[in-house]
Amino acid sequence: MENQKSSRRNFLGYILGFGFLGWFISVLYPIVRYIIPPKMPEAKVKSIKVGKVDDFKPGTGTIFKFGNKPGILLRLESGEFRAFSAVCTHLDCTVQYRGDMKAIWCACHNGVYDLNGRNISGPPPRPLEAFRVIVRGDEIYISKEG
Amino acid sequence: MAKFGEKLFNWFDERYKIRGFIEFMSHKSVPQHRHSIWYYFGGVSLFLFIIQVITGILLLLYYRVGEDSSYESVQFIVSKVKFGWLIRSIYSWSANLMILAVFIHMFSVYFTKAYRKPRELTWVTGFLLLTLSLTFGFSGYLLPWNELAFFATKVGTEIIGSIPVIGKELLIIVRGGEDVTGATLSRFFGLHVAILPGIFTVILFIHLLFVQIQGMSEPPEWEKLPPEKRKYIPFFPNFLLRDLLLWLIILNILAILAVFFPWDLGKKADPFAPAPAGIKPEWYFLFMYQTLKLLPPKVLFIEGEFFGVLVFTIAGILWLLVPFWDVKTEKGYRNRLINYIGLFVLIYMITMTILGYVLS
Repeated sequence: MENQKSSRRNFLGYILGFGFLGWFISVLYPIVRYIIPPKMPEAKVKSIKVGKVDDFKPGTGTIFKFGNKPGILLRLESGEFRAFSAVCTHLDCTVQYRGDMKAIWCACHNGVYDLNGRNISGPPPRPLEAFRVIVRGDEIYISKEG
Repeated sequence: MAKFGEKLFNWFDERYKIRGFIEFMSHKSVPQHRHSIWYYFGGVSLFLFIIQVITGILLLLYYRVGEDSSYESVQFIVSKVKFGWLIRSIYSWSANLMILAVFIHMFSVYFTKAYRKPRELTWVTGFLLLTLSLTFGFSGYLLPWNELAFFATKVGTEIIGSIPVIGKELLIIVRGGEDVTGATLSRFFGLHVAILPGIFTVILFIHLLFVQIQGMSEPPEWEKLPPEKRKYIPFFPNFLLRDLLLWLIILNILAILAVFFPWDLGKKADPFAPAPAGIKPEWYFLFMYQTLKLLPPKVLFIEGEFFGVLVFTIAGILWLLVPFWDVKTEKGYRNRLINYIGLFVLIYMITMTILGYVLS
């Protein structure tokens, strides 16, 4: 008799405990989901026009907008164009062209890439993502490779 | 008049039994010895926090959060609002001095081993207040939406992304999206003016309550001294008056700093501009920044950043738990190991900070 009573009490205890747990999760779940921001639909940019050939002097680098990320367009001394993502592969800073170093440089942690976008010194773990540069007439288009 | 005061006191005492509390407070005393000076830094931190609350609320009257308004409203505060430059400068200076005071307070408690039994939880709450202060600093740094803040926040949050498995998801939660944008600004603003102040106030209250209940820690050497050799001064009014005098001096220092070295606003953040040369985080993050800079991209198959973050986290947890693993001091023995560890940490932090300034 005594035993039966205590097992009934245990049973009620479990029911209450699980009920409480369920209640807690049902309160917590919407909050956690609320904190995670919704995915914004973004138009996938494949190709953009950045300007005319004469806008870019040899031996310079220019930041351009590629979708919602920055890219960098280099015009080498030889006149050749090259384009990369300007997002440093280390910690997301925006890189710049350094004429004095003849390299792409990130100010945040002193990362250096050569003019092919390869990481050659400092902390960057990977090369910069390369873009394709297409010169049509005197206009420059940049597109993602692949 | 005195009659009225007495009546008022009795009215409250009848209802809330405050006589015992007043009695307790009037017997409060502060030990007097050659390390007594360190007792003042907790009070200094508190004073600077109070200034933060007051000037922070004043700034809120004009600050408007948003990609197109944050920078402009701070510019408006410092250029158009009467004494706006002063309020903002005092706010920025006192924020930095508060972090400094908190660090001094922590190291002095550490080296005098005031964290030992029975004050373990005072140390733990103090450590929480330090981490909250650093979070305050990190979230507040972004709010003017200038170039330096933008890239510092990019780098600082990107480090969260280096945590395996949950890093990416966590990064999106912190930034309010994939990148540092207006959404990040809104999140940091909410954190800075609502969430953190709420949590901070509660923990600060508990911290101060513990100090009031237990009184100031006495140096371990005192345990061997006969009671008549131990010197004390009353808290009311002696210690309090000295505290107030020091607060007055600090207010003057703040005013001088704010007037002669006003805080720069810099250039507005532009997500499509390269990171400016000479970019650095706030000085109190510099030792971590410099460490991460010196780490190779890969350490033992893990990413350098994550390795650095891991080491700092483990060190932080060990530091938090000092009162529980330093079993020697509690038993009345001298624990030199604690001193060596503390010295190493202090020298490491100072050296890395200086290196962070010199090497760029």
